[in-house]
Amino acid sequence: MIKDVRLNVNGKEHTLQIDPATPLLYPLRNELELNGPKFGCGLEQCGSCMVLLDGMAEPSCMRTCSSLEGVEIRTIESLADGEKLDPIQEAFIELQAAQCGYCVNGMVISAKSLLEKNPNPADEEIKEGLQRVLCRCGTHSRFIKAVRLAAEKMKSTTL
Amino acid sequence: MKLSDINRRKFLKQSGQVLVGFNLLPLAFCTPNEANVMSDFADKGKNAVDSWIRLNPDGKVTVLTGKMELGQGIKAALRQIAAEELDVGMDMVEIVIADTGKTQDERYTAGSNSIEGSGKTIRNAAAEARRILLEKAAGNWNTSPEELSIDKGMISQPGGKSASFWDVLQEKSLEGEITEKAPKKDPKDYKVIGQPVPREDILAMVTGKSLYVQDLRLPGMIHARVMRPPSYGAKLIDFPKEEVEGLPGVIKTVKDGSFLAVLAEREFDAIKGLQRLQMGSRWEEKTLAPPQDELYEKMFNSHDKGDSIEDSLPSNWQERGEILEAAYTRPFQMHGSIGPSCAIAQMENGKLTVWSHTQGVYPMKRTIADLLGMSEDNIRVIGVPGSGCYGHNGADDAGADAALLAAAHPGPPIRVQWMRMDEHSWEPYGSAMAFKMIGIVDSAGNIEAWRTELWSDAHSARPGGKAGHFIAANTLENPRNFEPGGFSAGSYRNAVPLYGFPREIVHHDFSTPLRTSAMRGLGAYGNVFALESFMDELAHKSGADPLEMRLKHLHDERAKEVLEMLAEKINWSSNRKKGNQGWGLAFAKYKNAASYFAVAALVEADPVNKDFKLQKMVGVIDAGQTINLDGLKNQTEGGMIQSASWTLFEEVKYDSQGIVSNTWASYPIMRFSHVPEIEVHVIDRPEEEPLGAGEAAQGPVSAAIANAIFEATGSRLRDLPLKPEQINWDKLQS
Repeated sequence: MIKDVRLNVNGKEHTLQIDPATPLLYPLRNELELNGPKFGCGLEQCGSCMVLLDGMAEPSCMRTCSSLEGVEIRTIESLADGEKLDPIQEAFIELQAAQCGYCVNGMVISAKSLLEKNPNPADEEIKEGLQRVLCRCGTHSRFIKAVRLAAEKMKSTTL
Repeated sequence: MKLSDINRRKFLKQSGQVLVGFNLLPLAFCTPNEANVMSDFADKGKNAVDSWIRLNPDGKVTVLTGKMELGQGIKAALRQIAAEELDVGMDMVEIVIADTGKTQDERYTAGSNSIEGSGKTIRNAAAEARRILLEKAAGNWNTSPEELSIDKGMISQPGGKSASFWDVLQEKSLEGEITEKAPKKDPKDYKVIGQPVPREDILAMVTGKSLYVQDLRLPGMIHARVMRPPSYGAKLIDFPKEEVEGLPGVIKTVKDGSFLAVLAEREFDAIKGLQRLQMGSRWEEKTLAPPQDELYEKMFNSHDKGDSIEDSLPSNWQERGEILEAAYTRPFQMHGSIGPSCAIAQMENGKLTVWSHTQGVYPMKRTIADLLGMSEDNIRVIGVPGSGCYGHNGADDAGADAALLAAAHPGPPIRVQWMRMDEHSWEPYGSAMAFKMIGIVDSAGNIEAWRTELWSDAHSARPGGKAGHFIAANTLENPRNFEPGGFSAGSYRNAVPLYGFPREIVHHDFSTPLRTSAMRGLGAYGNVFALESFMDELAHKSGADPLEMRLKHLHDERAKEVLEMLAEKINWSSNRKKGNQGWGLAFAKYKNAASYFAVAALVEADPVNKDFKLQKMVGVIDAGQTINLDGLKNQTEGGMIQSASWTLFEEVKYDSQGIVSNTWASYPIMRFSHVPEIEVHVIDRPEEEPLGAGEAAQGPVSAAIANAIFEATGSRLRDLPLKPEQINWDKLQS
């Protein structure tokens, strides 16, 4: 049952001895000690466990490890370059866009995926981009503003 | 921006070891090897200054609070209060939160009480510390304290000597009692209080650093899953013990009566064990009654006399005019924490340590002592933030699960993580409520009489020392039964109008079939929905402007002011109704004792699709002296959106077999597509006492939306959640 599974996480190859049917979230948190992606529902309904799979925001709580060999997996831990934060992270801090913060991983990862494809989203497109992620504290309006600010920051750095 | 290396180094120095996988090191809770050693904690009691404020040898000031960080930003606000009174920079102030091994017993972090309670004590302690330091320095320099000033922890004499707090103390601790007489700063001199000071934990959140109890990975930790019964009161007949214990990675199963769990080395092995238990165990189940569709009817027809909470109605009140009646209902609703509850417990040499996101570390310690028959002296509960709870969710129950398992399997730290269905099905809900309102209003819009009759189950069933309040305890071989009763005031919270007219309020305690307890605002959410909806109905009945109607009956100037400012912000008089759009407003002073909050909702009807949309909400809050402007706004915005979600979408469904709302698919909450535009205005009153604010928005938002729906569609919706199918669309089209 335990097999070698090769996962490419945050630019590094890892060989894990695990049950290949294990959903990605568990080895990310427990074996690789990446606490960014959170357990929320295990049913792909809440988005707490979002990661980037080949650049696309996807939940990691059901996708099995064996199905993700050869896929480039990125977690929120990889967004900052050393101490230099990603503009999305900067924007969330600047606007204090968090309360309990448990959903923030899903918000930031979804925003990353959205802004890579659409650097200049309208508010409705931001809402659509974050739609899969649930927030219970009601921080939604700040998240929308933070993604808008991140888009502006990215524009000004690429000019 | 970067994480504090100083904190990290300090931790390493103190604990002498590196904790694998714990890279933020957030103060108090990351010292597993020291967990059972409480020698550093000499409890000097609540009156000692250094029970609340300590000057550390490393040049930092540590604030100690018994309150818990729940995402409300209490850490930043309490640090601000200490920094202000002590005249030190915010960067010099650290905080330790709820830990029975370090902080004072401040009971629960609930009821919007942290600023008014812990904040007040910390302010007094800091003022006292300042007085002590000034007196010591003055003594050293043969001058008087009045001659000295403080800036960033440095005491100085004009044109003369200066010394830091630490030089003045000379490695002694801050000995002294809180007299409450030490001079406190004049609010006009405030530099830190009232400012939008950023929270430090948001950097950790956006970079994926550990913050939550769910993130703790202690050396040697093993994983557990508890197989909750399939429904309330179900009894375990048998389960596939050998099969589950034979699964790879499974250490053992634990069974005590109908309490059943599986322990495993790896988390996913525990989950597979749980799945096997769910498939293979057999249970004897009970049925739930009354059925959900008969619940309100049963409430309205209950024959008990009820308790009169307040009665100022004159004897002939029924003769004063036409009697108007309306009935309202509020369903069971859930806290719905995004991260299911989690706890870690470790039993070593007869001493138990529990890491938990409970709202009350001391009450939890007492209740676990009762559960396990242990001395409280041998238990330490360390508060570690979890996902937002908004009241009494599964946190305490997960802690009890972990404690039971640690007692059954001493040695390693055991991590219990609830699954999504556990949290949805087993958390204690906000109680269903029913309201019968009667009013008499004259043609000039004067309310002559008002009567509220309300039915509700308990709004607080927290574990305050009795093990029966843990669900696991109810299922043991020697079960500890739940003992209801105690605190019924939560049911009629805000049922008494702040308005000055003759009224009677009657409360009926109604026992429902579901588990209920404290959820943000307790009964205030339902009570304010009924009260502020009925105010609107009376206004419309008498042809009065709903705003004027409220202002006329309010005798509290601050209450009037939030409403007046709100009316101005939305241009109420000219915008109230335009085409298919309508504004509705509502007001409450939370608990009739905390923050004043007025809110307006803009609803747009879509008669073609028989739907409506909540477009915008504008709130005005007066929380007295504002401690953290941005924190106050954030809490209020969040409360508004959360309450809008409850109001538009949420109802816990059950059938005779048990809870039906067991995932986000069967209990939907607001997603981004329905989020309205939000605006919050703050009336800051630096000269007044700060007032609790975290729950102020919950009640008024529900009524403001209902009142806006009435403006937009002409339909009065009285049953929460407010759904488009309750609207009489024919009325609108004609």
